[in-house]
Amino acid sequence: MPLVESGRIVEDRYRRVVDDAPIPERVPIIVPASRFLADADELIRRDGSLGVLWPNDRRVAELAPWLGHLALIALDFPKFRDGRAYSQARQLRETYGFAGTLRATGDVLRDQFHFLVRAGFDSFAVKKPADAAVFAESVARYSVSYQPSADGRVPALRRRVRAAESGKTV
Amino acid sequence: MYLYDAFDRTLVAERVAEFRDQVARRLSGELTEEEFKPLRLMNGVYLQLHAYMLRTAIPYGTLSSAQLRMLAAVARKYDRGYGHFTTRQNIQYHWIKLAELPDAMADLASVGMHGMQTSGNCVRNITTDQWAGVAPDEIEDPRIFAELIRQHVTLHPEFSFMPRKFKIAVGTATNDRAALRIHDLALRLYRNGAGETGFEVMVGGGLGRTPFLAKTIKPFLQKRDVLSYVEAILRTYNQFGRRDNIYKARVKILVHELGPEAFAKEVDAEWRSIKDGNLALDAAAVAEIAGRFRYPDYEKLDDNPRELAAARRADRGFDAWMGNCVANHKLPGYAIVTASLKPEGGTPGDATATQMDAIADLADRTSFGEIRVGHEQNLVLPHVAQRDLVALWRELDAVGIAVPNVNLVSDIISCPGLDYCSLANARSIPIAQEITRRFHNLDLQRDLGRLHVNISGCINACGHHHVGHIGILGVDKNGEEFYQITLGGKADQNATLGTLIGPAVPYAEVADVVEDIAAAYLELRQRPDELFIDTVKRTGVEPFRERVYAAR
Repeated sequence: MPLVESGRIVEDRYRRVVDDAPIPERVPIIVPASRFLADADELIRRDGSLGVLWPNDRRVAELAPWLGHLALIALDFPKFRDGRAYSQARQLRETYGFAGTLRATGDVLRDQFHFLVRAGFDSFAVKKPADAAVFAESVARYSVSYQPSADGRVPALRRRVRAAESGKTV
Repeated sequence: MYLYDAFDRTLVAERVAEFRDQVARRLSGELTEEEFKPLRLMNGVYLQLHAYMLRTAIPYGTLSSAQLRMLAAVARKYDRGYGHFTTRQNIQYHWIKLAELPDAMADLASVGMHGMQTSGNCVRNITTDQWAGVAPDEIEDPRIFAELIRQHVTLHPEFSFMPRKFKIAVGTATNDRAALRIHDLALRLYRNGAGETGFEVMVGGGLGRTPFLAKTIKPFLQKRDVLSYVEAILRTYNQFGRRDNIYKARVKILVHELGPEAFAKEVDAEWRSIKDGNLALDAAAVAEIAGRFRYPDYEKLDDNPRELAAARRADRGFDAWMGNCVANHKLPGYAIVTASLKPEGGTPGDATATQMDAIADLADRTSFGEIRVGHEQNLVLPHVAQRDLVALWRELDAVGIAVPNVNLVSDIISCPGLDYCSLANARSIPIAQEITRRFHNLDLQRDLGRLHVNISGCINACGHHHVGHIGILGVDKNGEEFYQITLGGKADQNATLGTLIGPAVPYAEVADVVEDIAAAYLELRQRPDELFIDTVKRTGVEPFRERVYAAR
């Protein structure tokens, strides 16, 4: 499962820790939500970047007190048709101001890349190598957007209003 | 008309390019059918019984003559010379080849049309009153807000993989011609006691196997908050709507299971966190969209020109058409004309390429180049000068679309049913055709008065059978087509779901049953002007049930 960040296929620095496994020292880790909530105080004092794998049926509001200590949050797409994590991502970015890495995991396919980027994801555990290889061109597919989202793109309506104010037409 | 600008055109062109790539990957086998399905669905492409079907969006039912001509051209070039107008004010082509789909879409894109979000688990085509902008009873043009919402939800990064489809309607008139309460989300503009205009927000309506009328969750929403409130509703639904069972995935089930108050509370909490952000609509933003709508350069005319009255006296056929197909326009000297797509023995909502071209030409000559599609599956010329009505009538009649049966028993709403649809249990179209033959006598139809017959070929209720005055639902009984009959449903401002009258009847008896119901009504009504729906309300379904099942 290739990992894409900054538009390129990269090595995953993070190590996944399963439920009861011992926590390795210093290396960046991703722990499951239940483990994180049970040992949060201890985990945030540990040396090394901390990530959490958060399920899509749990409110991200629960993470709010810990966001300053998290370097990465991985949100899950158990099926690509199950789009709950798009809402979670936008809430983390826009409501809670999470500035760390947001990773999409699970059934992550080419035709979601554009939506994922717009929802605030910046790390992609892509299911198929062929899809990962065309990440950049897939994301570039749409040059205009109608609505504001977590990627900060200026939506068409605002651009039109600005153009009208400056006397230009689009 | 809403005029597309460079943004709109670029997006549609990029969409066509993306779909061309997806079709190529499907044809090469790189994509499995399972992976391709949600992608094609987001472009309105279904796989039906015999072929792929392409559904093309007609936002809020407004078409230019150039667009209608292109719909005709696509019907000729890629289909079998006709199209089917749907209850969502869209058009469907039923015989498209997968390999030709990208070209068909590119042709449509050349006139600003597309199939985006006409299927799939996203926000579907926004619908409204087909008389928007010309109805005498409207507060303001509902299409401004329909367009604002349409743009906002188009390729929305957060709401393209929701639990299920999501249908929005906007209404701004006293009389509800948009069937607001059967939508997932309906916005009704009205003026409150303080003289301000704002929206009543209703959520959780829908037909299908568990029909519900939408509940009001916010009695008065300021216009500035429309986008943020819609966003909060969609976010709540996206997170908490059920995904374990496709039949329980619509927002109506979530609203029902949580209760409207708890749902509203959840929405409100989300809304408060975003309402003053970048979705708040200022006057400049609304004016920007409103400014892209072009209105006709109307003349100053008098109502009821003398030659019109003379023509009505001179020709009974014209007089009947005037009485049935022509409605009041908000401006004096103009009229709204409905062209019935429900001829005797026809398929409700079907129009041939020849008819579409003819209507496009007539729209250019008599309706400022504009056409509307109504959810009742008829076409409308919205800006006709009254002095042009006689000539228009003759020309519509020449192509078979001047039948004066609007709102009468043969003006049937019907889904395509088992003749096309892979979901259907039973045929709808032949049932509709047989009913129009039984009631071919227009004097009888007029005597029966306003009477809506709605037919669905399966429980998904695309033919809106629950809200038909007479509702007909096809079901499968041990491999045979049977039909349940409901009475008393309606979709207007007093929306009501129909009541089942008894056991389902076999295919061959459906038209007999409708005749029995009509005969019972003629005996039961207190006065000739007591409408069918009012008689059913007064008597209940019992006397109709007795009549229908006495001989069965």
